[in-house]
Amino acid sequence: MDLTTITYIIVGLTFALYIGIAVAARAGSTSEFYVAGKGVNPILNGMATAADWMSAASFISLAGLIAFKGYDASAYLMGWTGGYVLLALLLAPYLRKFGKFTVPEFIGDRFYSRTARIIAVICLIVASITYVIGQMKGVGVAFSRFLDVGYDTGLLVGMLIVFFYAVLGGMKGITYTQIAQYVVLIFAYTVPAVFISLQITDNPFPQLGLGSSVADGTPLLAKLDQVLAEIGFAEYTLQQGTTLNMIALTLSLMIGTAGLPHVIVRFFTVPKVKDARSSAGWALVFIAILYTTAPAVGAMSFFNLINTIQPGETGQPESNLVYEERPEWFKKWETTGLLQFEDKNGDGRIQYYNDKNADFAETAKEYGWNGNELVKVDRDIMVLANPEIANLPNWVVALVVAGGLAAALSTAAGLLLAISSAVSHDLMKGVFAPNISEKTELRAARISMAVAIGVAGYLGLNPPGFAAQVVALAFGLAAASIFPALMMGIFYKRMNSQGAIVGMVIGLLSTLTYIFVFKGWFFVPGTNNLANTPENWLFGIQPEAFGAVGALLNFGSAWLVSKVTAPPPAHIQALVEDIRVPRGAGAGSSH
Amino acid sequence: MKSAQDYWRANVSILLKCLVVWFVCSYLFGIILVDQLNSISIGGYQLGFWFAQQGSIYVFLILIFYYVKRMNRLDREFDVDEQ
Repeated sequence: MDLTTITYIIVGLTFALYIGIAVAARAGSTSEFYVAGKGVNPILNGMATAADWMSAASFISLAGLIAFKGYDASAYLMGWTGGYVLLALLLAPYLRKFGKFTVPEFIGDRFYSRTARIIAVICLIVASITYVIGQMKGVGVAFSRFLDVGYDTGLLVGMLIVFFYAVLGGMKGITYTQIAQYVVLIFAYTVPAVFISLQITDNPFPQLGLGSSVADGTPLLAKLDQVLAEIGFAEYTLQQGTTLNMIALTLSLMIGTAGLPHVIVRFFTVPKVKDARSSAGWALVFIAILYTTAPAVGAMSFFNLINTIQPGETGQPESNLVYEERPEWFKKWETTGLLQFEDKNGDGRIQYYNDKNADFAETAKEYGWNGNELVKVDRDIMVLANPEIANLPNWVVALVVAGGLAAALSTAAGLLLAISSAVSHDLMKGVFAPNISEKTELRAARISMAVAIGVAGYLGLNPPGFAAQVVALAFGLAAASIFPALMMGIFYKRMNSQGAIVGMVIGLLSTLTYIFVFKGWFFVPGTNNLANTPENWLFGIQPEAFGAVGALLNFGSAWLVSKVTAPPPAHIQALVEDIRVPRGAGAGSSH
Repeated sequence: MKSAQDYWRANVSILLKCLVVWFVCSYLFGIILVDQLNSISIGGYQLGFWFAQQGSIYVFLILIFYYVKRMNRLDREFDVDEQ
């Protein structure tokens, strides 16, 4: 059977499974729509959280980012896992004890202010929409390859499917579907990794394979350093950026993880406070399986890519792949427009090297190279192309496409749910129209989902970066706005509404402005004020990492303002006392 | 009768200890001291690189489950666990 048929079958089967579960578990009430009736076992909840949270960024984009950035991409690995420590220690148990539905609800109650609640809704929507743009990029890449069409068409198909899928069920449907999606995505991620690890290093565990040796006895990582140096790139295992930027990026991703509403809301769904703590641990177990595999996938796929394009010794005329003899996967990805070749020196062969490196220019000239000829290699194609580059069986290739779609869909659905509950539950029912019926509330939820998909899809046509980078921006926004307010709400009894409001506004606006200045206003391409290069960055901190600075500004300004304004009323201080102690956590108020 | 304040103080002290480990395995070993640690090799891994791309994640996992266990014990000691 050919690859296309197998891909259709496997993707079709997994979709039938998800939709079947979503329909069977369809949410009947608003409470089920938002939080699955608070009855989900912590291990299963951890698995659903992992699927919810590991998106196209983790599945499709992360390993590609590692492949092209090497050590520097470690910030993404540590940031997106270390955040669970903060979540388990600083937020999850207390928010569970508080026992409401949404993050803005907590902020509104704790800071006894409708304004605070509305600002929290705005922060949540800004962060979530940015996040969905990243998912749309991933969905677009996966569908364009799967259907053999251009990226834009792939994106449109993806938008339709996400819409259908997310609008259908609420949280309850999503929770059980996400467990199925986790199983599909982790299987799809690890199977090719094991194959390739065996192929390159003889070690079936990718985590160990990355530290093993290739056929000629050199350790894989040392070999990569050497191969990259030969074609003018910096060494794989060495740091390129500044230490400060790396710390800021890691921190921003960590506190962003702990501040993202669609992740936090998961911890409202467990039966007990102690389950909220262990749920975060279980989520990290399931996430770590992918995250410890990703560095191996990144390094090995890159190693394979370079060896395919340049099978021989560097600099020899016959060493490079003849374009006319390029493999099938190369042609397929050319169709999507995400991989492009240009024969700059007219020798009919493909040369891939770093033509930005002035020190290497002389050597390249000697080799007869006239510029890097892989003029476009979208990093987001690496994971999907990886099994084909390694000549793995067709069913593995098809499985990876299904896994990538599962990852993107599960997260998009979770985020859209967070957006829609913020609009219908927090804004409409909570603030502007408290008397609307459950039915109207559900309808508002679904309409806001549709609008969010439209906006994110439109911006996804010209995404402000690779999927993982766009998602990193979303984490920065959550880090700067929501996390500090939650943390101070729990750990600083004296924090009052004025402080929290000023903090959130300053955190959100400073980070958003910094991002827009470099990435374009509202992510519209070409509207940026400064080129997005290290020389222009404040203290050398890239836009993806600015959330850490925004969070500091949030904490600082909130503290200052709370010092000069009146302390919160006694009943709020009693509320804080109460959420700090596990006993007495009810099934959660159902309104 | 032990007070809620004592429980909270004990909780915060456990938290801070865990956060020290969290900081050391990622920011200190994985970023700040990475060059120094890279002079040590384990198999084909340089140690600093290993902490940045593998080790820190394993430590995070152990840390959360340690915290869960420790807090469950603390809840019982202070008689504030859920019944």
